[in-house]
Amino acid sequence: MRSLRLRLFAILIAATGIVWLAGVVWIFAGSRVEVEQVLDTRLQEAARMVASLASGFESLPGKSAPGAIAQLGSYERQLSCQIWSLDGRMVAKSSGAPDQQLSSTADGFSDRTIDGETWRVFTVEDASHNLRVMVGDRLSLRERLVADLIKGLMLPALLIAPLLGAAIWASVGQGLRPLRRMAQDLGAREPDDMRHVETDREPVEVRPLAMALNGLLTRVEAARRHEREVSAFAAHELRTPLAGLKTQAQVALAAEDPKVVRGALEQIVAAVDRSTRLVRQLLTIAKLDADVADAPRSRVEVGPLLSEIVEGTPKNAGTIVTIEASARDMVVDTNADCLQLALRNLHENAVQHTREGRIVWTASSNSLLVEDEGPGIAPDEIDKLGNRFFRGRSRSPIGSGLGLAIVKLALAKIGAEFTISNRTGRSGAKSELTFPVRT
Amino acid sequence: MRILVVEDDPILSDGLRAGLSLTGATVDTVATCEDADAAIASSRYSAIVLDIMLPDGSGLDVLRTLRSRNDATPVLLLTARDSVGDKVSGLDSGADDYLAKPFDLDELAARLRAIVRREGGRAAPTLTYGSIVLSPADLSATVDGAPMSLSRREFAILSALMERPGQVRSRAELEERLYGWQEDVESNAVEVHIHNLRNKIGKDAIQTLRGVGYRMGAAR
Repeated sequence: MRSLRLRLFAILIAATGIVWLAGVVWIFAGSRVEVEQVLDTRLQEAARMVASLASGFESLPGKSAPGAIAQLGSYERQLSCQIWSLDGRMVAKSSGAPDQQLSSTADGFSDRTIDGETWRVFTVEDASHNLRVMVGDRLSLRERLVADLIKGLMLPALLIAPLLGAAIWASVGQGLRPLRRMAQDLGAREPDDMRHVETDREPVEVRPLAMALNGLLTRVEAARRHEREVSAFAAHELRTPLAGLKTQAQVALAAEDPKVVRGALEQIVAAVDRSTRLVRQLLTIAKLDADVADAPRSRVEVGPLLSEIVEGTPKNAGTIVTIEASARDMVVDTNADCLQLALRNLHENAVQHTREGRIVWTASSNSLLVEDEGPGIAPDEIDKLGNRFFRGRSRSPIGSGLGLAIVKLALAKIGAEFTISNRTGRSGAKSELTFPVRT
Repeated sequence: MRILVVEDDPILSDGLRAGLSLTGATVDTVATCEDADAAIASSRYSAIVLDIMLPDGSGLDVLRTLRSRNDATPVLLLTARDSVGDKVSGLDSGADDYLAKPFDLDELAARLRAIVRREGGRAAPTLTYGSIVLSPADLSATVDGAPMSLSRREFAILSALMERPGQVRSRAELEERLYGWQEDVESNAVEVHIHNLRNKIGKDAIQTLRGVGYRMGAAR
C-alpha cells in the first residue's frame, strides 16, 4: 500500500474488527453456558415444585387434577410438564406438552428428540407417591434466546463502527502530522539550504529518519564544499599561469630595455613549458577518468621502469637518487602504463620537493617505497593531498596540484593502495604503494 | 609609488615586478601570507597587490589583519575566481579594488594609481605644485606647460614631495620609495637626485632641512 495513512487505517480497522469478533465469540460461548445453566436450574426447580405440589394430593386419580394443571399453565410457552405414574401411565400434562413421554431416564437431566424437536428434560421421581415428574423445554428456544442476546450486543456495535472508522482515520492523520510538517519544511527550502532538520522536537519514531536525513545533508554539504574547493583551486591553477603569460607578454611589449624584454620572453617560455605540463596532466586525468575498462595486466619489472623514469626527470644538482636492489629486482603483475604513470608522478613530486638531498626507492614483499628529504607535508594537509589542484604550503614553483591526483587514480586502476606521510625522525615525505596480493 | 606584490606564482610575480616597475613604481614581491605580514609591518607601501589563494592561507586573512591594525594602505585583490560573491566578500574584507586573473597589466597599473590617489585624498589624476604638473599615468612632467624629462627615480622623488606639499619627507622615506628590497641603496643617491631636480625645476623649489629631510613649499 502506497499511503502510510491508508495502511495504518487498514491495520487499525482490521485489528479492531478482530478484537470485536473475538469478543463476540467469547460472549456468545460464555452466554450460552450461562443461559444453559440458568435454564437447567429453572427446569430443576420447576420439576421439584411440580413434584411437591403433586405429592400434596393423597391419591392420584386417573384423570388430571384440573387445579394443578392450571397452576402449571404459566409455564406453557416455554416449559412443558408431564406427570407419570411409576408404572408408565400419564397422570397429567401441561397444555403445550407432547403426548409422548419426555424422558426415559428415571431421574435427572436428559435430552430427547420428539417429533424432530430436541427437548431438555429434568425428571424427579417420587416413589412414595408413585409419581415421576418431567419438566422440559425445547433446545431451539434456548438457541433463540442466546441469538437474541448476541443480536442485542451487535447492533449498537455496528452502528458505532462508521464513527470508530472516522475517528481512526482522523487520528492517524493527526499522528502523521510531524512527517507532513517535515516534508513541508524540506519542500520549502532553497536548493543550497543544508541546515539540519531539527531532531529534538520530532517524535521518537520520526527521529531516526530525521537523523538519517541530517547525515545525508552533512555528506552532501561536504561533497559540495569539496567540489567548490576543487573548482576554486582549478580556477587558480589554470588562470594564474595565463595571468603570468599575459603580464610577461605585456612587459615584453612595453619595455625598452633589451635586458627586461629578454627576461620577460624567457619567463614566457617557462610559462608555456609549465602550461604544457599542466595540459598534459589534465589530459592524463581525463583519460584515467574516462577509461573504465580493466587495465590489462602483465609481468612488469620495476627496475628498468624506474631507471627510465629517474633518467628522464631533470633534478636539482644537489639531489642524489638511489634505486635500491630490492626495488630494482621487484616484479609485479600489473598494468604497466598505470604503474609507470604513478611512479613517474611520484618521482617528479619527490624531485620537485627535494632541493638538496637523497631520494631513495626501496621495496619490500609487495610494496614499493620512495622517501625524499624535502620539507615534508604539513599534518593538516595530508588528507587533502591528492585532491585535484590542491597544492600544499610547501608547494614547488612548477607544480600543478595534479601529480598526486594522477598517482591516486592510476593506482586505484590497478588496485594498489597508496599512502603518503612524513618520515619519522627527519624531514621529508614517504610515499608507499602496496600492490594487491594475487593468489 | 612603492608597491608590495603578494603572489606565489613565480612567473606572474616576476611579471608584475617588471611591469609595475615600467610604470615608475618600486616593487617588492613576496609569496606567502607570513612574508606579506612581515613586509607590511616593516615598510610603508603606497599600495598592495594581493593574491587571494596563497600557499599558507588566504590573502583575505592578510587583508583583515592589515585593516584590524587600522592600516589604510590601499589593497587591490587578485583572484582566479570572478563570481559576484567572491568580489563582494573581497571588497567587504577591506579591499579597495579587485581584478580577476588573467588581467591587463595597464589596467592593473591604472587601478593602482587610482586607489593610491584616492587614499591621498586627491581626485585629479595629476599632481600639481605651482607651475609643475606631474602625470603618474605616463610618467610625464611639465613646467610652465613645457615638457620636462625626468628619470624614473627623479619622478618618484618629485611625486613623493608633491603628494603632500609643505610636509617633510625624510631621506629614509624617499629611499624607501626608490628602492625595493632586492636593490642596493646607493649612499648619496637621494642627494644626487634632489640636486638634479633643482637644476630642472629651480633652485628654491625643494628645501633641505638639515638632519630632517626635504620639503616643497612652506611649512604647514
